[in-house]
This record gives sequence, structure tokens and C-alpha cells, in this order.
Amino acid sequence: MGSFKEELERLEAIVRALEQEDLDLDRALQLFEEGVTRLKAARELLQQSELTVKRVLEAADGTLRTSRTDL
Amino acid sequence: MKAPDLFASAGMGPGDRAWTVTDVTRRARQLIESGFTRLWVRGEVTGFKAYRSGHWYFSLRDKQAQVRCVMWRGDNQGHQAPAEGTQVFVEAEPTVWDEKGEFRLTVRELIPTDATGAWQLKFEQARAALERDGLLDPARKRPLPPFPARLAVVTSAEGAALRDIVSVLRRRWPAVEVLLVPARVQGEGAEGDLLQALALVNRLPKVDVVIVGRGGGSREDLWVFNAERVARAVAAQAAPTISAVGHETDVTLTDLVADHRAPTPSAAAEAAVPDRAAVGQAVASLARRLGHGLARRTELGRERLERTGDRLEAAIRGHLDDRANRLARLAAGLDALSPLKVLQRGYAVARDEAGGVMKRMAQFNLGETFLLTVSDGDVRARTLGPFVEAQGNSPQRPRSTQR
Repeated sequence: MGSFKEELERLEAIVRALEQEDLDLDRALQLFEEGVTRLKAARELLQQSELTVKRVLEAADGTLRTSRTDL
Repeated sequence: MKAPDLFASAGMGPGDRAWTVTDVTRRARQLIESGFTRLWVRGEVTGFKAYRSGHWYFSLRDKQAQVRCVMWRGDNQGHQAPAEGTQVFVEAEPTVWDEKGEFRLTVRELIPTDATGAWQLKFEQARAALERDGLLDPARKRPLPPFPARLAVVTSAEGAALRDIVSVLRRRWPAVEVLLVPARVQGEGAEGDLLQALALVNRLPKVDVVIVGRGGGSREDLWVFNAERVARAVAAQAAPTISAVGHETDVTLTDLVADHRAPTPSAAAEAAVPDRAAVGQAVASLARRLGHGLARRTELGRERLERTGDRLEAAIRGHLDDRANRLARLAAGLDALSPLKVLQRGYAVARDEAGGVMKRMAQFNLGETFLLTVSDGDVRARTLGPFVEAQGNSPQRPRSTQR
């Protein structure tokens, strides 16, 4: 999945195409299916309810690690 | 008059070429204003007077000299009038006051030299340095991404600021990943910590927004966010920055260089992420439109298909009709050619016992039987002999015989 912004923008474009353009039925169905897939992805993201907080630590050799923290 | 020449007129007596007072003071002002840029001057305030117009007039002096100063109302607003004898720093533009022929400073900024004054001076100097480097240019401000996936937070791991930020993010947009880069935000070591943390954030991959700040505190508590190096480190962030230094009235240098300034850490979190409820509504609306869009499109298709079907059926029907007509015509033609039709008109056909058609008289032998086919069947007949013309009756052809 692309960024949420890209997902929404693509979804917008699909909806507009379905609403405005004189598409052949095959193309319309194809767009609709793509739209449904993207809707699902967007809804999944929206339904994610657990916030992840990670603390960034720098090791002595300069490498970065993260560890989950509860807040 | 002609442009005055400072040297040409030196040593001249009174006459046409003497300068007017206006010309000489104006010329002096031009020379002084072009010879100095804005500068900081330190001195002791004396003879302070605030006029009803709001402008301040005073002198600055040290052991050897003094200079007249004016600070216009527009510049002294928000400043406390300095007490007589106070040591101050002023940021000023030297000029000549034409009306009094007086050298003086137009003061733009005035800061007492006590502890806060020294800080303030440092702040102003750092601010001027940042401005020179273009870091305060509003055109540098970057927009915040609408849907950040990863957020870096530079603040104290123990402070209320982090808790506030996390609680707002949890409510508004929990899909974001928070990377906490801890740093002390006040006191000894805070500047070093912040510099290190900000450098580290620049090494983290795919950071969409950086929040840097702390909760409210005294001016002294917040002072590290006025450090020029901290401000420069914020300005050097790869991702857009939100400053959240918890003090609504004082603006820190960090606030000035950040892409977005929030008055509190909670406000910074709100600015960083969208509201899940609002986005959910927008997505639901898109879902409805998607459904309607397809329904409308298929409805159109169905109608069109029906129209096409009608045309097709009509075409086929027409085609079939054509063929039926042709068939009927052909059938009629066939019917017309049928020998039955001839028989119906009253003719008969004679055939021998083998079924061969008897067309000539010679085929008929006296006394022999033959078949006579008429319109509705066959009859048996016998040849009695050639028809002989009698009493002037003279048929052209042999008449097929009697029964």
C-alpha cells in the first residue's frame, strides 16, 4: 500500500472517473474493484487503534536501535 | 542651487557660494547614514523623557562621551522605560537631526544589561545571525504532510510534554508510529542533548514530521530553545518541524525557525496528525460515491444494452420477414409451374400402362387401354380408333378419346 494520502487521492480519482466519465462497462468494473481494494486498505488503517511508541537508542558504535515503550 | 562641493567652498567668504544651514545638515546626515549600518551600543541612560506622543528621548553616556537618542513609539512598545542611570544595550541607527543640527541615535531595540538583558542581547544577536542566513524567511516554511506515518519527538522522556503528545496522537490518529528521541530540555547539558537528538533524527529513515519541545516553564527553563545552535539544528531537519515550547507569550528562536509553531505539546500533536473521525467520514463518503458511481454506470449500460437488443431483434425479424416473403414468392412461382394447375384448367394427360406420357396418335393402339389423368385423379380408358371427321367437323388435333 502506498501512503494514505496516495490511497485517498487515487480513490478520489476513481470515484470521479466513475461519476463523470463515459467508461465502458469493463473499465468501470475494473475501477470499482480497485476502489474497493483501496477503501479496504484505508479502513484498515483507520481502524488501527494501537499507537506504537518506540524509543530510539544509539549504541556506542553509532548504530541506531528502537525499543517499544509503554506510555 | 548647484550640487555643493564640500572642498570648493572651504575658505570662501560670504557670497553666492555659501552653504545654507539646511544643505550642510542634510549633507552631514547623508554622510553619517551612509557611513554606519545598524549597530549595538552600550551605555548608561540619562535625561530620559517619555513624551505624550509616545516617543522616548534620552541620552546614552559613558565616562568620556554622550549621544542623544530617540526611540519612536512604534519601536518602544512592549518595552519598560529604563530608569535613570541604567546600563543598556541599544540597537540603533546613527543619524543627524536636521532641526537641531544634532548627531543622534535612532534606537530600534533597547535591552537592560542585567542578567535578563544579557540573555536578551544574546537572543537578538542570534536572531540577527539566523536572519542573515535566511533561516527566518517565511518562504522556507514547509507544509506539514496531511497523513504522517512516522513522527519523531524530541523531548524529555519523563516530561508531561511526551505524555500529552502521546495521548493526543492516540485519540486522533493512532496509525502513526512515534519515535521518541529523548533529550534533557532544561538546565546543564540540555543544549548538548538537543543537538545530539536532532542530529540523530536526521539519520532516522522515513520521518514525516519532527516535534521538538517541552511543556511550560519559566523563561529561564525554556532558554535552551533560544540557543542559536539548537535553532540551527532545527532548521537543518530533513523533515518538516513543529516547535512546541510551552509558553504562549515568549517566542523562542526554535519557534522562529520551525516550519510550524505550536503553543503547547498537545497543540503540536494536533497539528501533526489528522483527526481519525473526520477522515473516517471522508472515506465513508468516498465509499458511497464509489457505489453510486458504479450503479449509475451499470444502469446506463443496462439501458444501452436493452436498446441494442431491441435493434437487433428488429433487424433479425426484418431479415426473417424478407426470407419468408421470398419463400412465399418462390412457392407461388412453383405452384404456377405445377402441371396440376394445367389440369385444373380442364386439360388431361394420357399415359400408357408404364406411366409414359402418350403424346402422338401412333402411340395409341386400337382396343388397348391407357390412363387418363385429370385434375382430381386417373381414369382407365380404351382406344376405339382414330377420330374421323364427320359432317364437316374437322378437329385440328386428335382429341383424346372418350371414356
